[in-house]
This record gives sequence, structure tokens and C-alpha cells, in this order.
Amino acid sequence: MIRFATLFDTLDRTTKTTVKVAALAAYFREAPEADRLWTIALLSGRRPKRAANSTELRTWAAEAAGIPLWLFEEAYPVVGDLSETIALVLPPPTGTSDLPLAAWIGSLIALIGQHADIRRRAILDAWDQLATNERFLYNKLITGGFRMGVSQGLMVRALSQATGHAETELAHRLMGDWTPATTDWAALIESADPAAEGARPYPFALATALDDPAALGEPAEWQAEWKWDGIRGQMIRRGETFALWSRGEELITDRFPDFAPLAQALPNGTVIDGEILAWDGNRPLPFARLQKRIGRLNVSRKLLAEAPAHLLAYDLLEEGGIDLRSLPLAERRARLEDLLNALPAGLPIGPSPAIGFADWEALARTRATARAEIAEGLMVKRLSSPYHVGRRRGDWWKWKLDPFTVDCVMLYAQSGSGRRANLFTDFTFAVQDGEALVPFTKAYSGLTDAEFNEITRWVRRNTLEKFGPVRRVPPELVFEIAFEGIQASPRHKSGIALRFPRMLRWRRDKPVTEIDTLDSLKALLARHS
Amino acid sequence: MSNVSGNRSDDLLERVLPGSILCDMANDPVLTFTDKGIFCPAGGFYIDPWRPVDMALITHGHSDHARGGHNRYLATEAAMPVMRHRLGAIRGETLRFGDVRRIGGANVSFHPAGHLPGSAQIRVEVGGEVWVVSGDYKTEPDGLCEPFEPVRCHAFISECTFGLPVFNWTPQPEVMAQVNEWWAANAAAGRTSILGAYSLGKSQRILANVNPDIGPILTHGAVEATNRVLRGQGLSLPDTVWAGPDITAKTHPGALVIAPPSALNTPWAGRFTGASQAFASGWMAMRGVRRRRGLSQGFVLSDHADWAGLNWAIRATGAERVFVTHGYTQVFRRWLADQGYDAGIVETEYEGDEGETEDDIEVVE
Repeated sequence: MIRFATLFDTLDRTTKTTVKVAALAAYFREAPEADRLWTIALLSGRRPKRAANSTELRTWAAEAAGIPLWLFEEAYPVVGDLSETIALVLPPPTGTSDLPLAAWIGSLIALIGQHADIRRRAILDAWDQLATNERFLYNKLITGGFRMGVSQGLMVRALSQATGHAETELAHRLMGDWTPATTDWAALIESADPAAEGARPYPFALATALDDPAALGEPAEWQAEWKWDGIRGQMIRRGETFALWSRGEELITDRFPDFAPLAQALPNGTVIDGEILAWDGNRPLPFARLQKRIGRLNVSRKLLAEAPAHLLAYDLLEEGGIDLRSLPLAERRARLEDLLNALPAGLPIGPSPAIGFADWEALARTRATARAEIAEGLMVKRLSSPYHVGRRRGDWWKWKLDPFTVDCVMLYAQSGSGRRANLFTDFTFAVQDGEALVPFTKAYSGLTDAEFNEITRWVRRNTLEKFGPVRRVPPELVFEIAFEGIQASPRHKSGIALRFPRMLRWRRDKPVTEIDTLDSLKALLARHS
Repeated sequence: MSNVSGNRSDDLLERVLPGSILCDMANDPVLTFTDKGIFCPAGGFYIDPWRPVDMALITHGHSDHARGGHNRYLATEAAMPVMRHRLGAIRGETLRFGDVRRIGGANVSFHPAGHLPGSAQIRVEVGGEVWVVSGDYKTEPDGLCEPFEPVRCHAFISECTFGLPVFNWTPQPEVMAQVNEWWAANAAAGRTSILGAYSLGKSQRILANVNPDIGPILTHGAVEATNRVLRGQGLSLPDTVWAGPDITAKTHPGALVIAPPSALNTPWAGRFTGASQAFASGWMAMRGVRRRRGLSQGFVLSDHADWAGLNWAIRATGAERVFVTHGYTQVFRRWLADQGYDAGIVETEYEGDEGETEDDIEVVE
């Protein structure tokens, strides 16, 4: 654990990717094999099953610290991280331990299913042998949510430096459903490519935000498509294997039984990149309809009927078992259309239409109609581009619609957690409704640190009332809030709910008398639902 | 503007007599909480007020406690020079620690708070009832300022900047060993070490405890000005060099630079090319705060009491009533109530708005 904690501290203390990659590569060269494997697993979102739940951990930590549980619960939101809160409240350890990472994980796995007394004893003992930074990581092993400031891409780069294998090959090897219990270093990293590639997806190609399309040059070299507001997915049919992956590399096949017919209908050796959407038979339904299905492991018959899923295909990555990613987009696109045209009618799949345009101004006019198409904007892709691994600037661009905006006034402020523990950063905003102010949204991002500092000082001086961590302030500070969508919501006092609200600007220039009204928001809702 | 430190206390007594007619010593509490600050009706004075008043008793020189604009000031001998340095020509008198001054119907004395040199708790006794205002304090001796002394009282007004059980300080010798190790490693690698520390208190605490044999010590102008004042009153600090415009990483290789936190990651710090920057503060205990500052290193070193220190100090006063202010007041009040105290909250405006005061909100300029 000491070596792993040292690695973590090194990664945590720098923002320089070269330093991070060097530290990780050194670890991949020097650490014991089992520790390396677990580190890869943790950095790619895999973790052991929970040996204790969050309630147990809080209770045991409060007990070990000699404080009541309510006090622990008050400290937790200030620190913002359960593992760190526990590490900080515990008394200093009475012993030390040089057990390696994999051994600690092994001991946690052995606790699964044991009686609570046994698990409690083991975890209290562990806490008593670990220094504060090691405890923090030990707790992270139990609670999950490992973030070490290292993207999977950086980890793969480090692994490539340490092993000499190509990054793309390694990225591919690390995807899918493996755990350190089901594989070993040799099989995962070193062996010849296993015969059964099975359900392994390709890394998704990602786009960069576009400001000015004119900078892209000749329109004829580009293809435009709608940027759909759904779930990006990769559909794979290889032999008996049928798999659907989300962009977060989560296997979501079972969440979308709608696609089951495609397991047979797609030709063997097919991999398609597309967008999963709720579908009304001819066109997409708003994202809110799909959202109801997300997160449900078992989708009811009723939901299936109300919001049937459909895949609008963007790209063809594999055909007849051949990797097409290095072919130009124009070629892949032609093959995709041929493949889809050859399918029988009535299947929940179709091509995401390519949008023809003569010049960038014409495309800008098309983009302005995106909301009517239930799209977020446009994608602009270079016709000659390969299917890149990850985000590679220059070939794929997303040209999203400008967000909606509303001017409103701050009513409540709440202190943040973690990075922002001593700042007021979470605000509740209101719009005018006749003489009254109606709260309608919260937002907590979009301002600079200097602005948050200034507002924090203002909130402290102008608090009218306190409700726990929340402070009521005079309605004086005006903000411009940007958001991506609006929908009716009976759960909110205002009757509306916003999608992705964030602070665009602090409008010091604008008096409270000039903020927007609830009526104007309702009118917006009427136009867009 | 004349210095009135020669004034007799009788003079003060006379000035507050009209007010004392209005107050009813049998029923008035020893201290009350007003929109100008903590007020003593029997004595007609305020403690660390934030609006201009006639008479202000000041616990210490940090800018959220010692503000300008008051008619008369009373502080400890060791606190006054910095106050004059910061506030200009003020009418001020001083008291030695432990000396009792009669003001109106109140007996007033100052007692070490251990926060920075000259920092005091203020004891106010009216008709046999004793209240103590802690000001800012820490309980661990720091080798620089007069160590905190618990004062027995009936009611204690305590700060609680770090009044949560997640704040548990490592002993100073261990933290200073970390600082020395970091500086030595940087010096060996040819890097300058820039350490952010509040210019009054924390900077001198570090100077008094760091190993000066590792290399030259440079200071930001705000730190050096404060050093000059404190040296002038007899404090012993290692030699420091003001980092004026001509001083760079080349002129003083392997140096430790002590600068206010607001100077970190600025062009001022930029002239020490390739420097490692760190910040010494109680807030560095939290990983999130460390990361927000974008610093490679944080040292958990505070001039405020940690969780155990606050609890120990409050117990040691023997007080039954405790008012908490400045910090996690709601949680800490509830905790004290659970422990059997008659506990309340005092709203104050001690907040550290200059980025100079200790361990409070950071100002990113």
C-alpha cells in the first residue's frame, strides 16, 4: 500500500501530464504484478465488490473517532469525500503495515459476505495500521469512485511506455468485462491477441467543440450530421456475441431489449457507432423520455412501449470481421449505408442522415433549426478522416447550439464541498412572478475562483437566515444562467425544470428589476415541448 | 495626532460615565453582541469591533480584528507596534499580559492566546462575573509567541475556525521537518522553494522554526515589513533578505522564499523560474482545497486551534456558558450543547477579507 500511496500522492500533486505518465510508467515497471493489474483495474473503473456499505463505514469511523454519528455526518459534506472524511477523523494509527496493494484488496474480497462483526473488526484493524494517506486509499478501495487525476488515455500511454506495446492495442485490450480475478498480467497485456475478441468494443472517437466553421476551409471536404441528444453507443455482433456499449464503456445490452432482433439481423463481424434514442416511429423523442429508462436494470413493458429505443448509426467500424477504422469516413459511410439498406424493414436501426450543404452559412442556418429536430446541434466530420482513438483535434467537430439563457437573482447560497469546502458556490436562483420571486433552478459552476471568493465574502456579510449549510441572502446579485433544455415539472414550485443549468455570467451591470419573468420561461417551455 | 499612551485610566472612566447610567449592572450581561461588535455595557467599550466606536479593545493585529476608524485603542504591548504599522497613527494605550485595568464598572485584563506575538484573550469581570473573549487562538506552543493560557471564567466566547473533528494538526516539529525536507530537496535539485504564509504570524512562525542552514531565506515585501516591526520589539528571527526586483533564482540559488499566499502563482513568483510552490495553512488538511490552489505541496500548519485544541481550551476555562463565533459555528455549538454546555452562536464579521488574516478565505487576485 505504501508504494501505491506514494504513486497516488505523486499523481495528485502535479498537473503535468509528463510527470504523471512517468510516475505511472515507473510503477508499471517496478510494482509487483498483482499490484500492477489492480492499478490498471482501478484506473479503468473496475473495483472489488464492497466489503462494507457506506452506512457501516460511517458508523465504524465515528465509533473509532469517539464522536457521535451526527457530527461525522456534518463534517462529511465539508470535506466532500467519504473516504477522506474517515481518514481525517480517525485517531493516529498505532501500527504500520507493508502489505502490498493486492494483498489489501484480497483481504477486502475475503470479507464479502462475512458477518458484520467480522468485517467491522477487520476494517478497524486495517485503519489502525495505515497512515492517513493510505487510509484514504484503502477506503476508496471499499467505496469505489477512484479518481487519481489520470484519464484512461494517460494510463494507457504509461502502460505503453512500460511495456512497449502500442497504445491503440493496449486501449483495446483493456476494454470489456475483465477483472483481476478473471485474468492475469500475461493474458491481459502480454499474450498474443486472444482468439475470442468477443464483445470487446473499440475506443470511441470523440469530437472537439467548434467555434468558427469557416476555419475548416472547403465545405466539400466535410460531412455534417445532426448531433443527437441521446446515448452514444457501440453495437457489436460477432458470431454468437451481441453487445451494446455506452461511451463510458459500460455494457448496456440488457437495458435495451428493443435491440434483440439485431443480434441475428446484423451480419456477422459488424461493429456500429451510433446514438441510442427514444423513438416515435419516425423521429427521436426528447431526451427526457429516454432518461426515464436510463439507470433501470429492468425496463418494464410499459416503458418499452412508451419510449422504444432506436439506434441512429453514425459509423461502421468493423465489417465482416475486418477493422475499417483506418479507411476514410466517406468509404466507411458508403459501406454503412449499404449494410443498413440490406437489412429487412422494421428493425430499430437506421443511418443518421448526412446533411448536404453548399457553404458554411447555409449549414449555420440548418444548425439553427436543430431544436425542432430534437438535436443539440451539428457534427462536422472530415470526409477523409479515419476513426480516431479518443479525442484528436482537427477531424471531428461538434457544433452545438448556443444555450438558452435567463437573467435571474440569487436567493440562497450554500457552501461547496471538496475543492470548494470554504466557499459559497451552490446557488439557488429566482425569476420575477408578478411581485414575487419564484425559485426555479440551482447552479454551481461557471464562475471564476475570484468571483466565488468575492461572492463568498458578500454572502457572509449579507446573510439573512441560516438553514443548516444554506444561507438566505437579499435578492441583489443578478446572474445570467445558461441551460440546454426546459421541461414541465410538477415537482418544482415554478412548474419547470432546466437541463444543464450553469452560470454564464455575473451581471453586475443589471439591476434586479430587469431580471426575466416566470411567464417568459413558460413561453419558452410552450415553444419547445 | 498625539500618542495618548500616557493617559491615566481615570480619563477613560470619566468618558464612559454617562453611558453607565443607562446600564443596569444587575441585569445586563457582562458582554452583549451588537451590530458594531462585542460590547461591554458596564465598561462602555467594544472588543474587536467592525464599525467605528469610541473605545476598542483589540485581541490581535490581523485586519479583521484590528480595524481602523476607532477613537481609542487598547491592546497588549506586543500587539500595538504591528497595529500602528498597519493602521497608521492611532490613539492607543497598551497593557502588559495579566495587568488589570479598571474601565467603567469592568475590570479588564489581557492573557496570551498563542495565535501570534502579542495576541490576547480578553478577560472582562463585572461584579464578580467573568467573561473571556478568546480572539483567535491555538493551543500548541509555537516557539515564537507567548503560549496560550487558559483563563477560568463563567462565559467563554471562542472562535471555532476549525471546529470540526476532521481537523487534527500534526505536531509542529513534524510539520517543520517536512518543510525542511521539502526545501532541502528543492535546493539540491536547484529549485527555489516558495512558501505561502500569512505575512503576520505564520511567516515569522516558520522563520523561527525552519532550519536556516539549508540556504538563504528571501521574503516578500509584506513579510519583510512585518519582520522589521517584530524585530524592532525584540523578537529574534533568522536573517532574511527582501526579494526586491533584482533578486532571482540565479542570485540566490536554493533559496526559501516566504510570501503571502496571494503572491503564489503570480508574475511576482514567476521570476523564480521552475520554483516549487507550497502553502502553509490549516486548510491544507483538505485534499480538495490543496488541489484548488493548484499547489504541488501543502503543509498543514495553522495558528488556530484544531478540534482537540478547541475542546481542551474550552474545558480548561471551566466555563458553563460558551458562545462560538467565526467558523463551523452551528455544528460546534450543537456538539458543545451535547457535552452539557449552555452554548450559543455569536455572529461576527471576523472573516479575513484581506487575504492577510490567518487561515480564512483565500483571496485569489
